[in-house]
Amino acid sequence: MTPLPFPEIWSYLSREPLLWLTATLFAYLIGDGLSRRAGRNPLVNPVLVAMFLLGTLLWMTRTPYSTYFEGAQFVHFMLGPATVALALPLYANRAQIRRVLLPMLAALMAGSVTAIISALGIATVLGIDGPVWLSLAPKSTTAPVAIGIAEQIGGLPTLTAALVILTGIIGAVIVTPLMRLMRIKDWRARGFAVGVAAHGIGTARAFQVNDTAGAFAGIGMGLNAMLTAILAPYLVSLML
Amino acid sequence: MILPIAILLVCQLIGESLTRGLGLPVPGPVLGMALLLAACLVAPRLAARVMPTAQGILAHLSLLFVPAGVGVISHLDVLGGAGPALLLVLVTSTALALIASVLTFVVIAELCGDTVTPAPEEPSS
Repeated sequence: MTPLPFPEIWSYLSREPLLWLTATLFAYLIGDGLSRRAGRNPLVNPVLVAMFLLGTLLWMTRTPYSTYFEGAQFVHFMLGPATVALALPLYANRAQIRRVLLPMLAALMAGSVTAIISALGIATVLGIDGPVWLSLAPKSTTAPVAIGIAEQIGGLPTLTAALVILTGIIGAVIVTPLMRLMRIKDWRARGFAVGVAAHGIGTARAFQVNDTAGAFAGIGMGLNAMLTAILAPYLVSLML
Repeated sequence: MILPIAILLVCQLIGESLTRGLGLPVPGPVLGMALLLAACLVAPRLAARVMPTAQGILAHLSLLFVPAGVGVISHLDVLGGAGPALLLVLVTSTALALIASVLTFVVIAELCGDTVTPAPEEPSS
């Protein structure tokens, strides 16, 4: 084979999933490495680091997101099986979970209602209204459910997806300093709260810090997906 | 390695089919998680079999959110002129939800007479 000049290699690479799949894994490895080196400092969030690296790379190479996603979809796809896999930490912690069923359900109710009402209330004060306001209601729940709810109540699905991801990152970044400040030492409560308020990205953070927290975050995320689907349309109609 | 992945996928597949077929307000994978939990309770050997793979995936759960995160960065314009206000809403509301949820958990657990298992120190974060 005769060697190809760079523009032709690039035109091959930019069409195939290989390049962006590889880039996604490396960006994450860099993010995770930095996060470890920073002693899991919440500000050095691996998702956040990888997002910025890849966002910059896409911008520099003028690669459209759709091209990037053709490679990244293989990673994205694993979100489904990973959610199913949360059953195992649940199973391993079943005795602990059974003991705190009542606190969990109460915390679920409090967290879910606060997430919806406070988002809508603060947005109203800041003069946000219409479909953008509606898109905020399901922001603490996992993306597929949030998008479904947004469509149902008249929000904007794309904006909702962005708000959900940002909420997850915000939750993952603030949870540790906030819990320290409040002197909460119960891993079950800490994990559960971050699962309710910041879905999967919060759960990923919880697993980094403590396995029990991770297990409880997984339950919080799952339960809040169901509760928000039921509560959001009702609470929105109350606040309109 | 292959069997545990196949088990995860089957649970997701059943979950997706059930939520769609019955129009449930639960995402397919969450229902799949409930199914797998039930299956593990019935057959503990299944749990032992899937556990290492599940732990492997969950240890890198953050990775799986990177593609969606890049989507947000590439489409920051969907936030429009309301961007700063929306960020303020998200930060405040997420903090409030965390506080409400964690305080409720701790207070109710104490009322139920549940003693807190002392938390080992966090990694020096």
